[in-house]
Amino acid sequence: MIGTGIAKGLVLTAKNLLSTYTDKERLPTIEYPDEKQPLPEASRQFPMLIFDGEDEMKGLRCTACQICEKECPPKCIYIVKSKDKRVDYKGQNQFYPAIFDIDYSVCMSCQICVEVCPFESIKMNTEFELATPDRFGGLLVHKQQLAKSNAHYQKIHPTEAAASDAAMAVEKAKAEAKAKADAEAKAKAAAAKAAPMPSASPEASPETPKPAVAAPKMPM
Amino acid sequence: MSDARNQLYQIRPKVAPDGAELEGELLEVSMGPQHPSTHGVFRMDVVLDGETVVKLKPVFGYLHRNHEKIGEGTSYLSSMPYTDRLDYFSSLTNNWAYALAVEKLSGLVVPERAEYIRVITAELTRLQNHTSLCGFLLQDMGALGTPLMWAFREREKVLDLFESLTGARMMCNYMRFGGCRCDLPPGWLEQARKLVDEYPRFLGEFEALLSGNEILMARSQGVGRLSPELAVSAGVTGPMLRASGVDYDLRKVDRYGIYERFEFRVPLGDHGDVFDRYMIRVLEMHETLKILRQALQQIPEGPVVDPKAKLRGFRPKVGESYGRLEGPKGEIGFYLISDGSANPYRYRVRPPSFINLTILEDMCLGRSVADAVIILGSVDIVLGEVDR
Repeated sequence: MIGTGIAKGLVLTAKNLLSTYTDKERLPTIEYPDEKQPLPEASRQFPMLIFDGEDEMKGLRCTACQICEKECPPKCIYIVKSKDKRVDYKGQNQFYPAIFDIDYSVCMSCQICVEVCPFESIKMNTEFELATPDRFGGLLVHKQQLAKSNAHYQKIHPTEAAASDAAMAVEKAKAEAKAKADAEAKAKAAAAKAAPMPSASPEASPETPKPAVAAPKMPM
Repeated sequence: MSDARNQLYQIRPKVAPDGAELEGELLEVSMGPQHPSTHGVFRMDVVLDGETVVKLKPVFGYLHRNHEKIGEGTSYLSSMPYTDRLDYFSSLTNNWAYALAVEKLSGLVVPERAEYIRVITAELTRLQNHTSLCGFLLQDMGALGTPLMWAFREREKVLDLFESLTGARMMCNYMRFGGCRCDLPPGWLEQARKLVDEYPRFLGEFEALLSGNEILMARSQGVGRLSPELAVSAGVTGPMLRASGVDYDLRKVDRYGIYERFEFRVPLGDHGDVFDRYMIRVLEMHETLKILRQALQQIPEGPVVDPKAKLRGFRPKVGESYGRLEGPKGEIGFYLISDGSANPYRYRVRPPSFINLTILEDMCLGRSVADAVIILGSVDIVLGEVDR
């Protein structure tokens, strides 16, 4: 009969409308700026750079190896390697980024940079309210703004951060053991030889153009 | 309109009931690319005789962004997030098809658990794609608001699952060569089971609301018929082909992944009209739920990625491969030629909705403009994939 379909439909719609008052599941909307949905742990928005310790610029884990720059699908990362070196958490001399820029307007939040980074340095932030009136400068983010503390990372991605910290601890222990063994070997060689060499450990030699390739991959 | 153009379309002169010849003119209408009914930046150049479509030319390419050439210029891994952006409603099946092609090339073996995760995510993708398609299609037919909002409410729940697993709602970028990027987070399987248990309630409501509705039937039955012969010869795949009654589902034909372990049926249509295409999708959702129930029950523990797989410095052997699977819109395929370097030598996508679109004119001829809108809706196109 003509009209039964419409009547049936209206009954269903009315049921749905009324059930929003009784059933929380039936009311999927939230009042956004006042009320925010909790983000899942895996959530990702844009990359950030992790630093250890107090000083943002000195503690950056990034060694300017430029792997993320090469692998980035939309090529939104721009890195300039430093001229000098500094000591990283493993006690090795490493380059650091003189310039590290990410163009957030080009970035597509794919997480490839995070996956390929061998130094646990670049990670995904969960901040998404990034609206700015300055279209170009406002979304071109420099390393000063990108630097986030490890504590922040542990807060937003607890499981991932724990795995990353564990991997770094393993690396550090390995590096220390190696440095110790090297130092012992060197002491022996020095004892054998009359003239001992300067005290730099062999792996921290300044002729390491590609530290990233030499470093072993840490499991995610 | 000029006489030359009338000659071009060979239109008979109009004859009034009393035998007098009438002045008749064809009207050329450009529907789109900003038309709300064209599902993205798609344009139809329609030539109308009164309200009847006498010629229809699909015009697209507004969203062309050089996908295949970019794929040849970047590493294998870097192409993975771009595949999300082909058919952005079903990014996980795109990921899977691309991963399949690369796995054939490199000989990586996917662990058991990863295979199950792939099936589960792909079927969830199919579920949400068909749900939103039904909403859009009914929106095109004039059921403004309610069905689309209901569909999106349910789709949102699937997207929440995707977000907690992959970190993004639509641009998942989840599959990797030889497995998946990460394991399921704790509690995810329970959430997925809850969704699968609750989904039939929504489908029941949706069908009670619409499937038997006389307006829907009047609008869609017998409209936009596609004969099985034409569908096969045009290379149409997916629900479009099955609505015409051709039993061809790659999950049954190719049995890629682990689909031979699941018990499910392939729904087929009789008439190949818009109503059949709508119903096929509704029925497929029920079958998808069946697969999901089995997969969520059987999923084993174990690693999710082949230990031999590596992210940096990935170079497959020299050769070529074609990875294809049954996406929600049809056969999505990736053809790769490797010359042993870090980039593919040739990267080609077989987009299902682009090929399904080629027979649009055949379905629309002789129908009214309003029918052309719903016929286009029933093809289920996504312009990210059509234009690439």
